[in-house]
Amino acid sequence: MRAFAHLLDRLSLTASRNAKLTLARDYLSGTPDPDRGWALAALTGALTFRGAKPAAIRAAVEARMDGALFAWSYDYVGDLAETVALVWPARPGANRPPALSEVVDALTHATRPQAQALIDGWLDALDADGRWALLKLVTGGLRVGLSARLAKQALADLGGVPVSEVEEVWHVLAAPYGDLFAWLEGRAARPDASAPGRFRPVMLAQAIDEAELTRLDPADYAAEWKWDGIRVQAVSERGQRRLYSRTGDLISGAFPDVVAALDFEGVIDGELLILRQGVVAPFGDLQQRLNRKTADAKLMAKYPAGIRAYDLLLEGETDLRTLSFAERRVRLEAVIAAAGSARLDLSPLQSFTGWDDLARLRADPPPGDPRAAEGLMLKRRDSAYLAGRPRGPWFKWKREARRVDAVLMYAQRGHGKRSSFYSDFTFGVWREDAEGRRHLTPVGKAYFGFTDEELTQLDAFVKANTVERFGPVRSVRADRDFGLVLEVAFEGLQRSTRHKSGLAMRFPRISRIRWDKPAREADELTTLERLLETMG
Amino acid sequence: MVIRPESLLHPRPAGLYCPPADAYVDPTRPVARAVITHGHADHARAGHGVVIATPETLAIMAARYGEGFAGQVHPLAFGQSVSRDGVTFSLAPAGHVLGSAQAVVRWKGLTMVVSGDYKRRRDPTCRPFEPVPCQVFITEATFALPVFRHPPDSGEIARLLQSVAQFPERSHVVGAYSLGKAQRVIALLREAGWDRTIHVHGALEKLNALYEAFGVDLGPLAPATGAAKAQLAGAIAIAPPSALATPWARRFPDPVDAFASGWMRIRARARQQGVELPLILSDHADWDELTATIAELSPAQVWITHGREEALARWCELNGVAARALALVGYGEEGD
Ligand SMILES: [Zn+2]
Repeated sequence: MRAFAHLLDRLSLTASRNAKLTLARDYLSGTPDPDRGWALAALTGALTFRGAKPAAIRAAVEARMDGALFAWSYDYVGDLAETVALVWPARPGANRPPALSEVVDALTHATRPQAQALIDGWLDALDADGRWALLKLVTGGLRVGLSARLAKQALADLGGVPVSEVEEVWHVLAAPYGDLFAWLEGRAARPDASAPGRFRPVMLAQAIDEAELTRLDPADYAAEWKWDGIRVQAVSERGQRRLYSRTGDLISGAFPDVVAALDFEGVIDGELLILRQGVVAPFGDLQQRLNRKTADAKLMAKYPAGIRAYDLLLEGETDLRTLSFAERRVRLEAVIAAAGSARLDLSPLQSFTGWDDLARLRADPPPGDPRAAEGLMLKRRDSAYLAGRPRGPWFKWKREARRVDAVLMYAQRGHGKRSSFYSDFTFGVWREDAEGRRHLTPVGKAYFGFTDEELTQLDAFVKANTVERFGPVRSVRADRDFGLVLEVAFEGLQRSTRHKSGLAMRFPRISRIRWDKPAREADELTTLERLLETMG
Repeated sequence: MVIRPESLLHPRPAGLYCPPADAYVDPTRPVARAVITHGHADHARAGHGVVIATPETLAIMAARYGEGFAGQVHPLAFGQSVSRDGVTFSLAPAGHVLGSAQAVVRWKGLTMVVSGDYKRRRDPTCRPFEPVPCQVFITEATFALPVFRHPPDSGEIARLLQSVAQFPERSHVVGAYSLGKAQRVIALLREAGWDRTIHVHGALEKLNALYEAFGVDLGPLAPATGAAKAQLAGAIAIAPPSALATPWARRFPDPVDAFASGWMRIRARARQQGVELPLILSDHADWDELTATIAELSPAQVWITHGREEALARWCELNGVAARALALVGYGEEGD
């Protein structure tokens, strides 16, 4: 971990390409397997494990030190991982510092609470630089400016081979790349890049937000839901049937039901899900089948797995990756139809006219499967299938719903077919004034998220509890002893000077009506302020 | 009779003032009588009437300001004392730079110690800090935030030497404050076995010679002027931070810009200054040293002169030590 931390540190402050190459090459030649392989994967973005949330890291450090001292420290440094790395009050008696491979291994198999306990222990054992590297690694903040292209060049330099040779075999390799280093160091032959049933490196999307979206032409993009399962590659090639995770780990053993259904010749990129009569089950169901070596009949009957297909990389013996997304999609639809399996269906494309249209769809998905989606994927219709995370062709526009319990304060008549109902709802949360009294302060307004039946109930509540009327708006009774609590889901929070609360919600919608919850138990403004910090 | 500490020392616009002796400690403007803790420009200014300081500090002041920097000088070696109107002044080593001292002020059974700038770790170029029991400890707080925990200096020097080995075709130019830090970096390199000539910027020459005259061996030094660029490949050079972006630095082949400072602990600082190799080497006490020193001395009161007073005051509060921030201005401009 020390050498890795040192490498990260140097890379993050080095601008020159040649100097970066020297640093990377020296690290790779001076570090044993499998650590160097995992480092390579971490630097090229090929590492995926359940890491830690910044909020959990922050909670861990605040449990160990004075809140004011931490707040000043964070304020001064400005970066959470770095602050925690510097201030971490280590408890004595820690084990030796972990090797990078131990960290990767342990986190790959840990649940989130287990992961946090492991991280705490490692932080105790590492020095400040090691802690910084660890925290960057587990919070996914490793941006040190070493591209995959540069990494391949460093590997080529290490082995004294042309970089094209590294690129040719790169896609059959998986972390921690033992066979690659064996070849580069002359201890083994070059890895075979042509075996049937091999893994092809997957194409990943970049995150995007609304502001960036507006610079793109909606006509260039296809949209589909980002399903909440795990990304897989299903290979059926010359008698070899295999299921890979997106990092190329073989997971066929745990999913014999899916492997048996791969009745096609080619390679499909899709989402592994629990599908019951074509309906997506919650992610928790899928978890019952992950991280296992095998699956018995009972487990498979209870949690039937299937693939919702996104893309087609190989059809028969034809590599389709250089074709456009639109062309591949046509072929994918034909392959899925021909396979005719309930375990293999298509991720439907969503029609939309503009980004606003799509924003509404994303914020308020139609009932059924889309409600379980994590957000939307946008794919350039003309995009080839490229390994890694290229800039531009694919974007993920994730829904990051947060929830807060707020109290209904005002209601306004709707428009169109809703004009006879009170359907626009302003809600607030509790805020403490200088004398310690709590008042409601409005934090947002929602006009969707509820069913027609719920709308009727809300309308009746408003009419029965009106305190005042101002034109089309009614204020309803909302105090510590009486009020209607609404669970509001939203995508994001921003500071706002236009709202008295100082906050503005993005895409708020009513996710549940809490008829059961006393108004005084609704959330406080401080909860939202904390959320704002962790989201920022 | 209980003496209030404020009647022995209290802040005035010119600095910490001692009314019974009519003297200031490290005044920031010319005064009649001054006790100077060390030679950094923000503590040692020219133009005072009488200056009381260690012989090393007086020599540093003379080197920087010329012989007539004060009306009269009063050398006070460690262990000696001088009295005036019942107030006794003595100096105790502060471990900050050559000649750096804490000012110990005693009057009617009350002992107050002004730390000046100090550090607790070993430094081959100066005497180590000596704790002096006192009722009031007046401490600096330059790095008084829990984020500042300086790593061992041997590790920092090892990183510099590793980089030199890794990039033999480049030279390494280390920015270091001209009084104290520069000589410490050179001495630490010598301890780590670097016996090649170290190139030094002209602005360091006078102080380097002064250190050597006081017995600090710096090994072979040479100016960078006159050497061919190719000869400077693989070399280490030391310069004041301000020289790194000047034509002087262009004589070096593809230099790695290093900077030896406690502020380098914060990555954003290194990035902001375009430093490629930050070396976390500080002549000030870090958070752990500041708090451990207060715990060790266990004074009745802690006064905080300059730096990040609020965090250190908070630590004192949490640990049941009475503390007050003096809000002195004019310090912290040199030598971190
Ligand atoms: Zn100083």
